[in-house]
Amino acid sequence: MRRVAIIGVGMSKFGEVWERGFRELVAEAGLRAIEDAKVQGEEIDALFGGTMAAGRLIGQEHIAALIADYMGINPTAATRVEDACASGGVALRTGMMAVASGLHDMVVVGGVEKMTDVAVGDATSALGGAGDQEWELFMGATFPSLYAFIAQRHMKDYGTTEEQMAAVAVKNHANASKNKYAQYQNEITIEQVMKSKVIASPLKLFDCSPITDGAAAVVLCPLDKAKKYTDTPIEIIGTGQASDTIALHSRESFTTLKATKIAAKKAYDMAKVGPKDIKVAEVHDCFTIAELLAIEDLGFFKKGEGGKATANGETALNSKISINTSGGLKGCGHPVGATGVKQAVEIAWQLRGDAGARQVSGAEYGLTQNVGGSGATAVVHIYKRAD
Amino acid sequence: MWRRIPERYRMAGSLCENCRQNFFPRRTFCPICRRKGKIVDKQMSGKGKVFAYSLVTAPPVGYEGEIPYILAIIELDEGPKVTAQIVDCKCDKLEIGTKVKSAFRRITEDGDEGIIYYGFKFKLDK
Repeated sequence: MRRVAIIGVGMSKFGEVWERGFRELVAEAGLRAIEDAKVQGEEIDALFGGTMAAGRLIGQEHIAALIADYMGINPTAATRVEDACASGGVALRTGMMAVASGLHDMVVVGGVEKMTDVAVGDATSALGGAGDQEWELFMGATFPSLYAFIAQRHMKDYGTTEEQMAAVAVKNHANASKNKYAQYQNEITIEQVMKSKVIASPLKLFDCSPITDGAAAVVLCPLDKAKKYTDTPIEIIGTGQASDTIALHSRESFTTLKATKIAAKKAYDMAKVGPKDIKVAEVHDCFTIAELLAIEDLGFFKKGEGGKATANGETALNSKISINTSGGLKGCGHPVGATGVKQAVEIAWQLRGDAGARQVSGAEYGLTQNVGGSGATAVVHIYKRAD
Repeated sequence: MWRRIPERYRMAGSLCENCRQNFFPRRTFCPICRRKGKIVDKQMSGKGKVFAYSLVTAPPVGYEGEIPYILAIIELDEGPKVTAQIVDCKCDKLEIGTKVKSAFRRITEDGDEGIIYYGFKFKLDK
């Protein structure tokens, strides 16, 4: 198996981008990544595109061919990857496999979602497709309500409080305010989160990641060729992916995402590092409670102590471990298919020292964790600067 | 959907005679025993207790007229958990562990003149 490096990254500005369409967003991110990698379009021999619900949100399927067309990289092997909200992370893993296997030498991995062309209720229903359509959504479930169940059980079993969950949103907005690509550029307070409208009790509006348009892309090649293109290749030294029941109600535990734990173990074992080696991580905070589960399941904090640690500032920028320096899904925005790729873009910037005002100091390794649905898919990657 | 009527109207489930695990909704294949499993029909009693609940105020398409509604995860007496609404009840009457039983109810419909979908919701089991 060949070692694989990221040699270029790029993303579009996340937000409500009404004046631009799906193809403009993804072409912008892809071309920025290609430019960053200093490769020629004709060198790209495969493309993997992660999108969750283009069919429901903009009526467009066959998006990988569309992306290749608008990036001007035809004729390439263009393939769509879909694993709900983990589509981007799984697209990255698929691209990595293509390079590691030796089948492809220069691969673009893109993630994109165009979500604001439909009404909020339609977007809610489309996102619901990440759960069990017949046995959750039909019964009136929404994603906020599924994560509300997780939050309620975490509160009961470990004494986690609504204020501790709010601290996740406050911290991620603070990070987002230092990221020019983030949807939200404003800081918020615990009080604002606590006073925001209830969406699905105990979760309130500011516990929820927003609906976002955006795209992100990375360029991958074999590590032994990476130095030709960049002085600071970022090697992907570990990858892990796991599945679990599609319906939350079928899980053994609501307070642990088993798929995250298994994917993380595989990634740590492959990378030969452990949670203590990680100083910067992008985790899947689709809801504030999800970040608490993530930092526990990834081994950064003991089970049940994520809320307390977050409220104590232990996950803030340049603290014990910097979590979601991009602003996470809450602050940077959550264009579903783009999120997993954006996480890799942020970690690449952090490890290269290109993260500007939100730069983490002294991080040798970075980690990303991307979740599909309420935890039916999880994918974890570990990165290291390889210069 | 007519295929789901036995499960949605009368909570028909499955039992694996090999591992004795009950399943709801029905399964044709035991995910635990795989090829060694032997799946047979098993009727759920419709009784259970609240495992988690939430007051939903932001609905998906087709549920706008229902809000606010209580959505819950119910642990059935036979073991499986299900997601369903709790009706004829206020949130402050509920806690984790409250006993509930199933009730046949309208779930949603395809617009004003479309098909009406029925299924189970839950109410307090006093």
